Amino acid sequence: MSISRRTGATPLHPLHAILLAFPLALFPSGLASDIAYLKSAFVQWTNFAAWLIAGGCFFGGLVLAWAIVAAVFPGRTTRGRALAYLAAVAVMFVAGLVNSFQHSHDGWSSVGSPGLILSIVSTVAALVAGAIGYSEQRIEGIAR
Amino acid sequence: MSARWLLLAASVLALQGCGRSDPGLDQTGAGKPPLPDQQQTLLPPMKIAKPAGWGDAVPTAPKGFKVTALATDLKVPRQMLVLPNGDILVAEGAGGAQAPKVRPKDIIAGYIKAQGKTKVKGGNRITLLRDADGDGRAEVKETLIEGLNAPYGLAFVDGQLYVANQDALLRFPFQPGQTKVTAKGVEVTKLPSRINHHWTKSLVASADGTKLYVGIGSNSNVGERGLDVEEDRATVWEIDRLTGAHRPLAQGIRNPTALAIEPTTNALWAVVNERDELGPQLVPDYLTAVRDGAFYGWPYSYWGQNVDPRVHPQKPDMVAKATIPDYALGSHVAALGVSFARDGGFGGDFREGVFVGQHGSWNRQDLSGYKVVWIPFAGGRPNGKPVDFVTGFLDGQKARGRPVGVAFDPAKRILLIADDLANTVWRIAPVR
Repeated sequence: MSISRRTGATPLHPLHAILLAFPLALFPSGLASDIAYLKSAFVQWTNFAAWLIAGGCFFGGLVLAWAIVAAVFPGRTTRGRALAYLAAVAVMFVAGLVNSFQHSHDGWSSVGSPGLILSIVSTVAALVAGAIGYSEQRIEGIAR
Repeated sequence: MSARWLLLAASVLALQGCGRSDPGLDQTGAGKPPLPDQQQTLLPPMKIAKPAGWGDAVPTAPKGFKVTALATDLKVPRQMLVLPNGDILVAEGAGGAQAPKVRPKDIIAGYIKAQGKTKVKGGNRITLLRDADGDGRAEVKETLIEGLNAPYGLAFVDGQLYVANQDALLRFPFQPGQTKVTAKGVEVTKLPSRINHHWTKSLVASADGTKLYVGIGSNSNVGERGLDVEEDRATVWEIDRLTGAHRPLAQGIRNPTALAIEPTTNALWAVVNERDELGPQLVPDYLTAVRDGAFYGWPYSYWGQNVDPRVHPQKPDMVAKATIPDYALGSHVAALGVSFARDGGFGGDFREGVFVGQHGSWNRQDLSGYKVVWIPFAGGRPNGKPVDFVTGFLDGQKARGRPVGVAFDPAKRILLIADDLANTVWRIAPVR
């Protein structure tokens, strides 16, 4: 027998939640810009994507640092959940960082297949991180 | 899976991906140079030679030549012109400041490249140097014209001094002997200056003096600012000297940084800087006769039909008609100066040929260029491998100086080299 209780609280500190909102918006926007570039070959789209992804990396880096601390000191959150969140944030950040370098290439090479794939990885990882970070947590009660 | 591990993996990937040069690969000379496979690594290979200063050292010339600093404390000397009376004009300036930084990369790369440049602000002026006693030091150093806008190319024809600012070709009434020009410049024609990614406007007059040729660089490395801003770029203009009417003589010629007339054929030649970020040994810069109506490939292809995948949409019809340049100078050497020997040159091995000033590389780990080479000619065509003529600009991994313009003066039999890192004009003369 186990008792679970909805606390109504999310695991993220409000400031942490605000920081996560940036990559959560910026990486998908970067993906949309990449798609627009690949569709149109109009360079302003890859320029947009470069800034959006750089912004995602900047805030994503802060989120990553916080997630590492949160994984070490989970507090009321379960460690498994904290680690899953950390993994999502790490994938998001690293893919974004590599993608920033990819986007520093000139012309078509700034996106191409690698840039598109990395943007998709960052976007999916950001959405997963958001889904974990923003969902209500259940505190597992004392079992048995 | 920890973030730290991923970061480590990413940085290892980035470093390993930089690409290495093959030191045995000789990419100079006439004919097709070896062109390695393209390497678009995550980070381009980058090596900036930090400024070291000359101290008591001077550049190294071949045995039998003496090197002196003709003038020091200049403000970013670029190109020079030797006047009929032996006076030397030096264009000082640095342009391109208004080229917008549109990506995070532009800011970071700009900062990194600035580490290899002088901190002195461009003079925006023409300085006159006179060494009447021939001791190798200019006893007269006067500001001839000031208030210019990043002047670069210079020409003197029929009582008119032509100055190619970064945005316009100006002429000033001028007689050799003058040390001050007070007359306001007259605009011969505007020159393409929107963005001005490659801002230098090289200039030479045709042998008969009726035409002026201006080299206009591309507005990007390889079209990444959009091809609509490349209208009138990567071209050499032929300008009617009296009317200012102009037409493109050649196109697709990425950055023709210096022009010169070959004295036996009166043909126009250019040194041209090719594209970056395809690997440490792509693409070789070149020296070429500028053929009327020719298209040299930029941005669609290089060295003839080698397609650059970064340009989209690609243009197979343009690639098909791309002209192959005459002579490879090596990848990323950044040739910025060209001057033919005239009237027997220095004699001996340096009788017929051309001096090429190489500013030096950033886009390869092994520093390349940073010297002045001699390319022998015969019958108005290159005839042999380049020979190092003036070296010593590198001190290990640091740069004492960086050569830009070169000018051979057949009357005095001296070679002048503008050094825009040490802000010096060097004079190379045979020991008598």
